[in-house]
Amino acid sequence: MTLDDKKRVLQEMVLHRRFEERCYQAYIERKIGGFLHLYPGQEACCNGVMEAARPGHDYVITGYRDHIHAIKCGSDPKVVMAELYGKATGSSKGRGGSMHIFDAAHRFMGGYALVGGPFPLAAGMAKAIQLQGGDEISICFLGDAANNQGVFHETMNMAKLWNLPVLFVCENNLYGIGTALDRSTAVVDQYKRVCAYGVEAAQCDGQDIDVVYEHAKVAVDYVRSGKGPYFLELMTYRYRGHSMSDSRGYRSREEEEHWKQRDPINILRDKLIGAGQLTMDAFQQFERDADVYIETEVIAFAESSPEPDVSELEHYVLA
Amino acid sequence: MAEIMYWEALLRAQDEEMARDPMVICMGEDIGVAGGTYKATKGLFEKYGEKRVMDTPISEGGFTGLGIGASFLGVRPVIEIMSVNFAWLAMDQMFNSAAKVRYMSGGQLTAPCVFRSAGGAAHQLGAQHSARMEKVFMGIAGLRVVTPSNPKQAYGLLKSAIRSNDPVFINEHELMYNMKGEVPDSEYLHPLEGSEVARTGSDVTLFGYNISVHWCLKAAEILQTQHSISAEVIDLYCLSPLDRAGIRKSVSKTHRAVIAEEDEAPVGVGSEIIAIINEECFFELDAAPVRVHSAFVPQPYNHTLEAAAIPDHDDVVRAVLKLFGKA
Ligand SMILES: Cc1ncc(C[n+]2csc(CCOP(=O)(O)OP(=O)(O)O)c2C)c(N)n1
Ligand SMILES: [Mg+2]
Repeated sequence: MTLDDKKRVLQEMVLHRRFEERCYQAYIERKIGGFLHLYPGQEACCNGVMEAARPGHDYVITGYRDHIHAIKCGSDPKVVMAELYGKATGSSKGRGGSMHIFDAAHRFMGGYALVGGPFPLAAGMAKAIQLQGGDEISICFLGDAANNQGVFHETMNMAKLWNLPVLFVCENNLYGIGTALDRSTAVVDQYKRVCAYGVEAAQCDGQDIDVVYEHAKVAVDYVRSGKGPYFLELMTYRYRGHSMSDSRGYRSREEEEHWKQRDPINILRDKLIGAGQLTMDAFQQFERDADVYIETEVIAFAESSPEPDVSELEHYVLA
Repeated sequence: MAEIMYWEALLRAQDEEMARDPMVICMGEDIGVAGGTYKATKGLFEKYGEKRVMDTPISEGGFTGLGIGASFLGVRPVIEIMSVNFAWLAMDQMFNSAAKVRYMSGGQLTAPCVFRSAGGAAHQLGAQHSARMEKVFMGIAGLRVVTPSNPKQAYGLLKSAIRSNDPVFINEHELMYNMKGEVPDSEYLHPLEGSEVARTGSDVTLFGYNISVHWCLKAAEILQTQHSISAEVIDLYCLSPLDRAGIRKSVSKTHRAVIAEEDEAPVGVGSEIIAIINEECFFELDAAPVRVHSAFVPQPYNHTLEAAAIPDHDDVVRAVLKLFGKA
């Protein structure tokens, strides 16, 4: 990444953070319903990997913590917010909600609510790429706890067996809802688990975007060059609860504080300031700009958009 | 009799059964240290320890199969599957192993396990978190299916299910865990089969189960006070095997039937009840039975679309009025 890239990505990450925090507020105001899983703390994962890949060109799929992955692939934040509001202008026209953001035009192939569900779908997209001879790759972002689903193991085997161009990114935030990784998983280093299938793998810090980018670059190049699947484990942390009704009783405030000292946005900000490429004032301007944009454009669009038409309830069930 | 909540009734049943029989264990995601998504296992981890209250990995197919295997040797696991939407991943083991092993082995093996799972549309949880799947479970031979409509049934059915030598699926509802109701102070075992007359009436029978019993009761009240129609409400707390005699008895009295279910038609509890009515008491009917059900769509997220997709007591009232030519 060039310094200009880094500045742009910092600005994006600020927007991602503010977007999610604004979702939190909108949920409290009951503008957003259902389940809401937020991304603050993990921004360097999606951003670092996608900077090494080709957003909008490579196919991306993930779980229910999906807003930022969609936006990073090129989705309009207004359309994502409108979906969270359940509006007709939303990405799924109000039918999907927070866990089901889709943007096929930008090759964001969706957010899915069943833990582990996207693993084989990602491999399937890679199969299609292989058949069709494109230079895209398929990228699957999922959590740590998802790797305990049987389908994870089945998919790793097939991905290697057929040498599929798929990158599995494991965002290891140490918990699956309220269960710590070492209480659910015999081998806590996730990257070691795919060795049995011969899948190339690595583990690295998920908070410093430079580190994420370097590792992701190796992984993406490997997959794109036709060498087969790759599994990249990023060590990270989610600041908020799993979803909205989570009082975080399963972890200590000290642990949370420890991770906040390694905030992905602050790490990049301080590096850029240290390199003389950014001032604190300029950074704070990023934050203000993000807030103004979110309020005057994103929220305004979601608020003013129409509700879906009830007479169209049965649209989109079948082709 | 004390008034307790539905989740407290489930907790009390599990606690009593675990205290009574050391072979009763609980398994599921976040049920131990975290106390359970619906609090139905709150405090049991502290009381019985991690060997008997097992926090499982997110491996529905794996831990369900593991529980079933343990039940072959006499352990009685209560397996909580956080949401029926995730039960699809466990159904292979539930159907191919638990439900069939007794028959396949000519009665040598049996799988005395309990599967508890929350279904139903809650508030805007979207297509992958709002399924009602009782119609799938009730179509599997070898599996008992019960679905409590109140805390007393939740308590008594769970206790009976744990003691049953058959696999039992208990269908709960996301929106009912905080419902209050009276539960006997002394131990109470609810029969796993049969049905209950939740309200007596003479002009029409409203069949409901789980949450739709409450729509039927509310509809019956409206029909009585506003339309002078006397509705009988039958609570089908057991969906497999269905209570054919109870269905026949009520329809033979009222000569009209409406079935209310949150699940979609086609293929549902409603179609099955109507088939039973046809088989048992067709000539007693004064009008063709009617079913009230959800739209045949994956559940939408938007609240207005969601409300339009699922029925409620008003839909039951409308169906009855139509049956009487009043709408
Ligand atoms: C098949 C299935 N089982 C259980 C759940 C409930 N659930 C939702 S998220 C989650 C934890 C997943 O943890 P992880 O994979 O680490 O992802 P994270 O939320 O930490 O990003 C669980 C158990 C589900 N959605 N789907
Ligand atoms: Mg996790």
